[in-house]
Amino acid sequence: MKKHLYPLILLAFLALLPLAVKSNYFLHLMILFLLWVVIGSSWNILAGYTGQVSFGHAAFFGVGAYTAGLLFQHLQLSPWWGMALGGVVAVLIGLPFGAICFPLRGAYFALASLALGEGIRHITTIAEGFTGGMMGIMIMPTFTSKVPYYYIALGLAILSVASIQAIISSKPGYYFVSIREDQDAAASLGINTTLYKNISLAISAFWTGMAGALYMNYMGFIDPHVVFSLHDYSVMAILVAIVGGVGTIYGPTVGAFIMVAFQELFRTGFFGLFEYLGKATGSPAFTTLSGAIHQAHVLGFGILVIVVILFLPNGVVGDWEKIKRNVFRINPAG
Amino acid sequence: MDVFLQTLVAGILKGGLYALIGIGMTLIMGVMGIINLAHGQLMMLAMYVTFVLNTMGVDPYVSLFVAMPLLFLLGVTIQKFLLNPLIKVETILPENQVLMTVGIGMVLTEIARFAFSSDYKYITTGYANQTFYLGNISFSMALTIAFAIALAFTAAMFWFLLKTDLGRSIRATAQDKDAATLMGVNTGRITVVTFGLGSALVAAAGCLLAPVYYIFPDLGGPFTAKAFIITILGGLGSTVGAIFGGVTLGLAESMGATYFGMEYEDIVGLTIFILVLLFLPGGFKRLTKV
Repeated sequence: MKKHLYPLILLAFLALLPLAVKSNYFLHLMILFLLWVVIGSSWNILAGYTGQVSFGHAAFFGVGAYTAGLLFQHLQLSPWWGMALGGVVAVLIGLPFGAICFPLRGAYFALASLALGEGIRHITTIAEGFTGGMMGIMIMPTFTSKVPYYYIALGLAILSVASIQAIISSKPGYYFVSIREDQDAAASLGINTTLYKNISLAISAFWTGMAGALYMNYMGFIDPHVVFSLHDYSVMAILVAIVGGVGTIYGPTVGAFIMVAFQELFRTGFFGLFEYLGKATGSPAFTTLSGAIHQAHVLGFGILVIVVILFLPNGVVGDWEKIKRNVFRINPAG
Repeated sequence: MDVFLQTLVAGILKGGLYALIGIGMTLIMGVMGIINLAHGQLMMLAMYVTFVLNTMGVDPYVSLFVAMPLLFLLGVTIQKFLLNPLIKVETILPENQVLMTVGIGMVLTEIARFAFSSDYKYITTGYANQTFYLGNISFSMALTIAFAIALAFTAAMFWFLLKTDLGRSIRATAQDKDAATLMGVNTGRITVVTFGLGSALVAAAGCLLAPVYYIFPDLGGPFTAKAFIITILGGLGSTVGAIFGGVTLGLAESMGATYFGMEYEDIVGLTIFILVLLFLPGGFKRLTKV
């Protein structure tokens, strides 16, 4: 019971949050956080548990978003149908791709996934007649309040994390880990490694596609450079999982929180702190600094990647013991 | 027919530069066993070095002698202080070094953006727009010089790898790291030198490309993509393969641009990539065993 205590407390807190917080800005950040929980967790099942590092999760995210948008554009279906189909279409894209790459060893999958994300972005940009090209797709959001979106995102996050946890603690989950640890040993024990890598990819693509479809519904606008962005989605998905902890269930959740906060910190210039200081002191240096910080958010990401990989290679959750030892000076041995 | 020949020539000239980019990548791949996803960004940096020197009146081809040592040092620093420490760290994912290069690439791009803004920069030289004709086929002067220099560098690289002690140590490390260590090769130092060499080679490509291309911070990404397509095409870790891969990609891109339209130029590379994965996993290396 104790194992589930903290997640349950967190869940209750998240469920009651909109009752206490009325700020739209804060709810928006929480929705982004929940979306990243979904994407980070799904990247994690493929890379963290099965060992197949993907540099192209934007492909699945964007395909999910475009499924929802195009259903509305061409068939006048409610974009909510995209929530039902977005994940499925992402799987349909993912499986042939996995069938090509997974029999190969080494760096091929990582590179091919990078190519997949970039390739789909090019195709959506060129196929203007079908996708609207650079013009993107615009829809009217269904709800004006953010609260319904918040609960839908929360539901999606719970479903994805719970389903991934269920899979990880079942037989296929052990197969995934065995493939990550030693593919030859796994194969010699009779595990069909290509099949199980594909299953892992399908689960991962499905939840990422669902997150994409929700994004379309929530934001109301997508274009190829937004949803297929290498830095904003593919690399961010990796960061969320790595910062939180690769190969841990709650790692991506922690990572999503840190990354969304980090992104927002840079986007707003430490929540307007420097702008405020600039006004208060009348010194132009702070205003310049605030502008520089605003521009520096990708730089900050890059430095964060380097620092985390060097010092916390297993993420906050994975290296929690190390953090406790070094930062809080708590020695479990006494 | 003339159009075809013209496309062929343009493709081969471009392919020479691509080969230079690819050799740097494949050297690093062979010795380190990782794909360097900051490769295009290193080239972008070299192009900015050329640009800065050019504003001071230095010819782009002279700036080769500044950009290559600079990038060599940068490569050495990256390998020594950012990539080599990761070998000792216990992690779940072996791809940590690749992720590190992604981070380095992001940092390099953003530093360039801070220093030079996102605007497109040009290098104006007397010969950038000159052409000469052989029959009906026009040769761009800058690209032809670039091709010749790229050939010279490639030949020098081969001589270095085949004939010198250091080159032999690099090849030994690429073939079998443990065996090389047992034979007394300091493999830690070899990886550092190799990353430096790879960076210097891509810096040369950057300097040669600078007079005929525009310079902006985000050009690193597409060129990293080209570099890894070349490496996959040639076979991971194969130097001869990288030359073939570079020329093939150059040819395919210019054919695609002529016969399908400019907007398909990038798609061509990705299509080749998928075809190679499907029908020739292992690339040209598998055919030639070099």
